[in-house]
Amino acid sequence: MRIDIRWHGRGGQGAVTASEIVAAAAILEGRYALAFPEFGAERRGAPVRAYTRISDTPLVPRTPITNPHIVVVLDPSLLTRETIEGLREGGALIVNTRLSPEEVARIVGLDREVRVAVVDAVKIAMETLGVPIVNTAILGALVRATGVVGLETTLRLVRERFKGRLGEANVEAVRRAYESTHIETILPPQTA
Amino acid sequence: MSSEGSLPAYYEIPPGGAILEPGSSLKYKTGSWRVLRPIINQDKCVRCRLCWVYCPDAAILELDEEYVTSKGRRYKITYKVNYDYCKGCGVCARECPVNAIEMVPEPIGGEE
Amino acid sequence: MAVAAEERLHVERKKPRPLSTNSAIAHAVKDLDVDVVAAYPITPQTTVVEKIAEFIADGELEAEMVHVESEHSALSATVAAALTGARAFTATASQGLELMHEILHIASGLRAPIVMSVAMRALSAPISIWNDHSDVMNARDTGWIIFFVSSAQEAYDTVIQGYRIAEDSDVLLPVMVAYDGYVMSHTMEPVVTEDRDSVLAYAPKRSFPYKLDPEKPVTLGALADPDWYYEIKYQIVEAMRRALGKAREADEEFGRRFGRKYGLVECYMCEDAKSLIVAASSYAATLKAVLPRAWEEGVKVGLLRLRLYRPFPEDLVVDALSRVDSVLVIDRAISYGAPYQGPLANEFSGLILKHGLGVNLVSVVAGIGQRRMVDDDFLKLARLAWEARTVRKPETIFYGVRK
Ligand code: SF4
Ligand code: SF4
Repeated sequence: MRIDIRWHGRGGQGAVTASEIVAAAAILEGRYALAFPEFGAERRGAPVRAYTRISDTPLVPRTPITNPHIVVVLDPSLLTRETIEGLREGGALIVNTRLSPEEVARIVGLDREVRVAVVDAVKIAMETLGVPIVNTAILGALVRATGVVGLETTLRLVRERFKGRLGEANVEAVRRAYESTHIETILPPQTA
Repeated sequence: MSSEGSLPAYYEIPPGGAILEPGSSLKYKTGSWRVLRPIINQDKCVRCRLCWVYCPDAAILELDEEYVTSKGRRYKITYKVNYDYCKGCGVCARECPVNAIEMVPEPIGGEE
Repeated sequence: MAVAAEERLHVERKKPRPLSTNSAIAHAVKDLDVDVVAAYPITPQTTVVEKIAEFIADGELEAEMVHVESEHSALSATVAAALTGARAFTATASQGLELMHEILHIASGLRAPIVMSVAMRALSAPISIWNDHSDVMNARDTGWIIFFVSSAQEAYDTVIQGYRIAEDSDVLLPVMVAYDGYVMSHTMEPVVTEDRDSVLAYAPKRSFPYKLDPEKPVTLGALADPDWYYEIKYQIVEAMRRALGKAREADEEFGRRFGRKYGLVECYMCEDAKSLIVAASSYAATLKAVLPRAWEEGVKVGLLRLRLYRPFPEDLVVDALSRVDSVLVIDRAISYGAPYQGPLANEFSGLILKHGLGVNLVSVVAGIGQRRMVDDDFLKLARLAWEARTVRKPETIFYGVRK
């Protein structure tokens, strides 16, 4: 079984780090995983994509993900039809936004059944870290909405990645996002 | 293709052509290349050592041999040419500040 | 070779940790107790050297890090270090490998047993920091043993195997371990690392037999006149021949001790295949995941993964080719103006002729400057290989170029 996650963020938001933490968590949990960014313009503010592939076997393509099971959007300004390109029927869309799942579905023109999870990661990041770096908060939402990796493994890795006080602040960000994520299954318009 | 039956085959040469015997260049007597031979005029020589410094083949010998010039000046050392390796380039003659070294045609057929 | 019971215990599953290929290589360098590292940073190799510097700073590796001003100096220093008997390592990519080119020949000519990792990257101009195989393909006739690896784990393992092969007194050739820049260098994945004692038991330091030593003077790199030069270069031909057997032995012994082995080439889904795709590094890894989809549509194409490239494992490749009707060779470098414009395709064409194989060859150039290739592209290549059983494709196909 394989789960492909595509991350959409802006340079500086930590999409690549988040993609790696999820892969590392899967590896610690005994699965095979790859995490890699869409290489190139690593500039603050520029749109970036990152990929995580999790699998039971090492037979995993090293290609950009075109048909993700999960799409994670770290910046609401990136919400367009393109964001959900190739997102599988029955997949999940995790978004950092103050909007509701229904509003998100409308903006991206959702035309298939998808679990949409929203969390106000900016607010959580500001309150816990004091900076709008949303990658750890969005991890909480991802774990809550998909269970793709365990919360405890994720927290352990966040603690390792960010040492000391920063680690604890990030752990708090994950936890609060985990608790405040709002999830709706959005059905295609004709069946809704 | 090989005309040199006496030279070693590839596997007889140490890898990469490493030369394992130190000082093997002593076997290579470059003295046979000479057309002109340097002759040091021991009376003129002021023992400045420049020829010894400049010789590209280390063919100038600095010997602990006493020498008394015709004017009675006494030197504790003597510079001589090692003709086994001197290739006759003339650098020493050029550098000698008192023109004590003369390049003369190499005697032919061992006449000396 | 007998393996001690304690060593056998190591084969038990160890817990993998998440590492990029660059980090995995740095770990291998640490676990091999390398003595001298001389390298110059270049994207996407840089984090290899950064990680090694970190190990040295943290006291986990006792090595001399030589800070040099160019790759030319980096390799020169590495060669010199190896010739003094040290275990020496360097790493580079792209333009860096090009700048080393002169010393590549000197390293093999002097028989310096060094290992170098190459995070393969396209060549300027125009500038590209992205991945293809142009750099390593330009180094294929320099007398280096060349491995292409397909995972971070394999990179770790092959750097270790590399020293065992390079330092073997029957070989004494430098080893290059090449992997796709970014696509592998910066991808995090699970890697099992071994403890230093086991690694050194497998690859004990066997320093250069004619090392520079004031107590025992030798001359290395002397002028070789026409009576001598040819024999000294021919020694490399013979050393390469012996390296093939040594590489096989090194891989098998690695498998016995650590439970992982790769073969010199890997034939994947080759049984019952009527056609093969030849690929290296990350493309081979991707094809393994994608080919089952091809078989579902009746496209019975196997993968011939080229792991050891120099010396070329001719017997194994011929054996695989002799059982199929067509072979599609993916080149990630361009041989401008050549009969086939892919360097590997030219070699396969020669191989097919040499062994009188009735195989249709398709030459495909792809992924130049990391031109995007998604799973469906690999599926298309599988179909192309399949078609070629009956339809000849005499010209190199430049897959994905805008024409
Ligand atoms: S002629 Fe040249 S080689 Fe001979 S002694 Fe003078 S400097 Fe040396
Ligand atoms: S350079 Fe002339 S003066 Fe000086 S030591 Fe030599 S021969 Fe004598």
